[in-house]
Amino acid sequence: MNLTLKVWRQKNANDKGGFVTYKADSISQDMSFLEMLDVVNEGLTKKGEDPIHFDHDCREGICGMCSLYINGRPHGPKRAITTCQLHMRSFKDGETITIEPWRATAFPVIKDLAVDRSAFDRIQQAGGYVSVNTGGIPDANEIPIPKTIADEAFNSATCIQCGACVAACKNASASLFVSAKISQLALLPQGQPERYRRVQAMVAQMDAEGFGSCTNTGACEIECPKEISLTNINRMRRDYFNAKFFKEEEID
Amino acid sequence: MSNFSKAFSSTLGKKLIMGLTGLFLSLFLVVHLIGNLQLFKDDGGKAFNEYSFFMTHFTPIKIVSYLLYASIILHAVYALILTTANKKARPVGYAVTKGEANSTWSSRNMGILGTILLIFIVVHMSNFWAQYHWGKLPYARYEMNLNDATDVQVTELPFDGKHLVHSQYVDTQKGTEVVVAKDLYKIVSESFKQWWYVVLYVVSMIAMGFHLYHGFQSGFQTLGFDHSKYKPLIDFLGLWVFSIIIPAIFAAMPLYFFFLK
Ligand code: SF4
Ligand code: FES
Repeated sequence: MNLTLKVWRQKNANDKGGFVTYKADSISQDMSFLEMLDVVNEGLTKKGEDPIHFDHDCREGICGMCSLYINGRPHGPKRAITTCQLHMRSFKDGETITIEPWRATAFPVIKDLAVDRSAFDRIQQAGGYVSVNTGGIPDANEIPIPKTIADEAFNSATCIQCGACVAACKNASASLFVSAKISQLALLPQGQPERYRRVQAMVAQMDAEGFGSCTNTGACEIECPKEISLTNINRMRRDYFNAKFFKEEEID
Repeated sequence: MSNFSKAFSSTLGKKLIMGLTGLFLSLFLVVHLIGNLQLFKDDGGKAFNEYSFFMTHFTPIKIVSYLLYASIILHAVYALILTTANKKARPVGYAVTKGEANSTWSSRNMGILGTILLIFIVVHMSNFWAQYHWGKLPYARYEMNLNDATDVQVTELPFDGKHLVHSQYVDTQKGTEVVVAKDLYKIVSESFKQWWYVVLYVVSMIAMGFHLYHGFQSGFQTLGFDHSKYKPLIDFLGLWVFSIIIPAIFAAMPLYFFFLK
C-alpha cells in the first residue's frame, strides 16, 4: 500500500517544529506501524536525511516505550493495543496519516516524536513503592487475599507507563496512570502501611509536574492499551480525601 | 500550609469543590422546579406569588439561598481556574484530534455549556430575582370567597412603595380573604411573551441538559463515588431526570406562556 505521512519534526526541545510530509510507498499490510516508520527512515537515511525519531523498545506491547498520536488518537485507531501492535491493515491504501508526539507540558519533546516521560518516574519515586526488604520467601497462603481484590490489583499493575492516558486527555491529566500505580499497592496488604502517605505524595508530585486535572471524560480509559479503568481514579480520590481529611499521616 | 488548605489547592481538591457545588446546584434545580410548577396553575398567579414570598422571606430558605449564590460563584470561578491550568498543561495542541472516538460531546464541552448557563443565570436573576428584591414591581390583589375556593377576584395594582411585600387578612363581614402580593407572576408572564426571551430559555435549558448529562455523574466520581452497585442508578438519574425531564419542564414554562396564554 502507498501512504502519505504528515510527521511532526522538531530538532530539539527549544525548536518550534512543524509538519513534514513524506511518501511511504510499497508498504505491506502485515507490517506494524513502527516497521512502516523503519522503512521510511531507511529511505531517509539513504538520502542522507535525518531519520524520524520515535520511541520504541520491546515491540510486543509490554514495555510502554512506543507512543505516537496517530490520526487524532494515541496508539492509532484500534482499542487496547500499543503502536508496536498496530498493523498497517488498519489503514486504507492512499490514506494520509498524521503523526504527532504526545502533547503535554510535563512531556517535553526531546526530538520529533520522542517525548521525555521522566515525569512519570518522578511520580513513582515519590511513593509508588513498598519500603520493606523483601526478605525470605513467605508461605504462599500466609496472607490470604480475596480473588476479586487480587484480580483488581493485578489489573491496575498491568499499566506499562506509556502515557497514552495523558496524551488522550483533553486536560493532559495523568490521573489514570497515577491512580493505577496507587491502586496496585493500596489494594494489597503489603501496601497498607504507607497507603495514606503514598497517595498524598504521588498526587502532590503529579500536580508539581504540571499535569492537568481530571474532568472524567473517560478518554484515558478508552485509549489505554492495558484497559486500566476509571475506577482507579475514583479509588485514588477516596484515598486522597480520606488521607487529607481523616488520617494522621501527613506529608511535608 | 495546613493539610486542609493543601488538600483544596491540589487538582483533586479543586475538583472536589467543583463536584460539591455542582451537585448542590443540581439538587437546587429539583426544588426550584417543584416550586415553579405553580406557574402552570390558572389562578392569576396567586400560588406563584405566595411561593415567591415564602422563598424570599423564610429564614432557613434564606440561609440556603446564600449558600446557593456562593455555589454558583465558586463553581464558575473554579471552572475558570481549572480550565486555565488545564490549558497550561497542554500549550501546544494537536493538529488532528478525534475526541468523539473516546469521550462524549458533553464531557468535552462543559466549559462552553457552562458559559451559556452563566449568561443565562445572570439574565434570569437580574430580570426576576433582582426585580423582586429591588424593582418597582406592581401588586396583585386576590379576593377569595371563603365559602367557595374557586371564586377568586384578581385586581392588578400599580407599584406603591408604601405597600408591604405581602399582606393577608380575612374580611369576616364580606366572607372573603384578601391577599395583596408583589406580582412577580405578571413580570414572568410578560417576559415569556417575548420571542427572544423564549428562545434564550429554551436554548439554555438544552445547554443545561447537556451540561448535566456529563456533570451529574461526573460530580459523584469527583467525590470518589463509583461503586458498581449504585453507579447505574446515578447514571440513570443523570440522564433521565437531570438531563431530560428537568430541563424539559423548565423549557415548557416559557413555551406555555408564549403559546397558550
Ligand atoms: S494507565 Fe494505561 S495509558 Fe496510562 S500509562 Fe498506564 S498503560 Fe499507559
Ligand atoms: S515498543 Fe514496547 S510497548 Fe511498543
